[in-house]
Amino acid sequence: MKIIACIKQVPDSEAKVKAESGQINTGGATLVINPFDEYAVEGALQQREAVSGSTVTALCIGPESAKEALKHALAMGADDAILVSDPALNDLDTVGAARVLAAAIQKVGGVDMVVFGRQTLDNGSGLTSAQTARALGWSLLGLAGQIKVEERTVRVERVIEEGRQTVKANLPAVISVVQSIGEPRYPSFMGIRKASKAEIPVWSLSDLGIAAPDAIITRSELMNPPARDTSVEIISGESPAEIADKLADKLIAEKVL
Amino acid sequence: MKIFVYIDHFKGETQATSWEALGLAKSFGATTALVFGSGVDDVAKAALEYGADDVLVADDSALLDFRAETYASTLSAIASSRTPDLILFPTTTRTRELAAMSAVDLNTNVITDATAIEVNGDSIVVTRPIYEGKLFEKVTASAKPQFITLRGRAFPKPERMTGKSGTITKVEAKADALTTVEGYSVADVGVSLNDAGVIVSGGRGVSNNPSLQPPAGLDDKQAEIWRAHQGFKLVGELASTLGGAVGASRAAVDGGYIPYSNQVGQTGKVVAPDLYIACGISGAIQHLAGIRSAKMVVAINKDPDAPIFKVARYGVVGDLFQIVPALTEAFKKKLGK
Repeated sequence: MKIIACIKQVPDSEAKVKAESGQINTGGATLVINPFDEYAVEGALQQREAVSGSTVTALCIGPESAKEALKHALAMGADDAILVSDPALNDLDTVGAARVLAAAIQKVGGVDMVVFGRQTLDNGSGLTSAQTARALGWSLLGLAGQIKVEERTVRVERVIEEGRQTVKANLPAVISVVQSIGEPRYPSFMGIRKASKAEIPVWSLSDLGIAAPDAIITRSELMNPPARDTSVEIISGESPAEIADKLADKLIAEKVL
Repeated sequence: MKIFVYIDHFKGETQATSWEALGLAKSFGATTALVFGSGVDDVAKAALEYGADDVLVADDSALLDFRAETYASTLSAIASSRTPDLILFPTTTRTRELAAMSAVDLNTNVITDATAIEVNGDSIVVTRPIYEGKLFEKVTASAKPQFITLRGRAFPKPERMTGKSGTITKVEAKADALTTVEGYSVADVGVSLNDAGVIVSGGRGVSNNPSLQPPAGLDDKQAEIWRAHQGFKLVGELASTLGGAVGASRAAVDGGYIPYSNQVGQTGKVVAPDLYIACGISGAIQHLAGIRSAKMVVAINKDPDAPIFKVARYGVVGDLFQIVPALTEAFKKKLGK
């Protein structure tokens, strides 16, 4: 199988992100592979191991610096990587990103499976996998906790609010994965060495033969969340029962139950 | 402004946020509810009772199971022929996929997780969290139809007007399925974290009860998980006494104590209960981002320096294994349960 893992680069989740004069300040946080996309790479590598003769290509839209996120995927074990980078792609919305990814997937050619993480840490809308599937005209198997391929059929166990659902489709298919797919493997020493030497091809929009998608929405304001009243009242007492009794009275009086 | 609201349900059980979306839409003008599925008369009637002026129903065996591609094709056909300005959805796993795909068909845009919407004439300004609640952005939408998914509990739920009627119109379902649903195993999830007014969460601390003696024959890791399950039993009893949901920190999920679906925080669910009780959770920055919309936080932790106390209104510095069951008993008495 020819497998593509789509990834994005985001500020580390430890970052103290703030709005400052209408701009996002991530406090100099390290840019890393989106944590959800590490699961996508893991899921793709599992399928490469399950179906002999398979390859995994990591695919990312981003600036030149996003090569570092692709190198993380290579270090985890991906066979190769592609960066789509173009100044015209700075303000992509998710439909735009999906159209660009679909064009890149078609340019790679002969792809059987595309794997996404469930969402990104920065925008967090979780739409791109479904939109890429739609742009390609392929089926979507969303929120997969398990993937199993037999011949040209793929079955996933989908993790939804109400429980688990088994869904199948024919390949090619787009799959988004959730954490139950398994903890992402650590990059191996050999993997890190290979990744550091890798030449990652960069495709522009003209390489893909498409125009820049229109951005339909504009950000008009950026705000920090309202500050919380930070004064904490510590409830103490002679016994757990006394503490519990006082706390229960407070919470009933606050009308939050 | 012509507004549609998509009513999300799972086998006829409607998500409360669908009604919140109807209430919001009604504040902007006449509202049409969209109900898809097979045998969904009751959902359509409920939509009228929660305020929809009329309902468009695609009722077809092809729509029995939610499949993003058939639902999206059905929605895209309706939107193309009836040209709404705005379609609101509750934010659920299904509506993300449905709205996402239909937006590609219609070459429009989806704004997810809205916490506030202002409509002035033709302009729609939406507030939504980014970086999982560390920031909020206001975006101006000029797409038509604009798709917006609403965060749960961000908007008031309207009163149900039992017996209110209205026109229910059948519309065509599309049956262009690419996927087959082979089966379900419905989890005993209790109250959903998204809809919960009260959430009681456990962290790494729930495995830390040295007075418990695990059964013989367990290795260290199994014993830790066994201890954690005893701890989560206490958390669960408090949650069910308060009619709430059980949450967990990433540490508890990574430790294998409880499934990922219970995880609250930046890489889990972002929640907005009235009351969030954190038991044995230290309060990593990602977890604090996930509970930023909670109206009130209560922290129970042994460590007086735990960051969770910085966002808490009330705190107890103590052993959760003593405090949590005592709290359950106190509420049972005071709430007459």
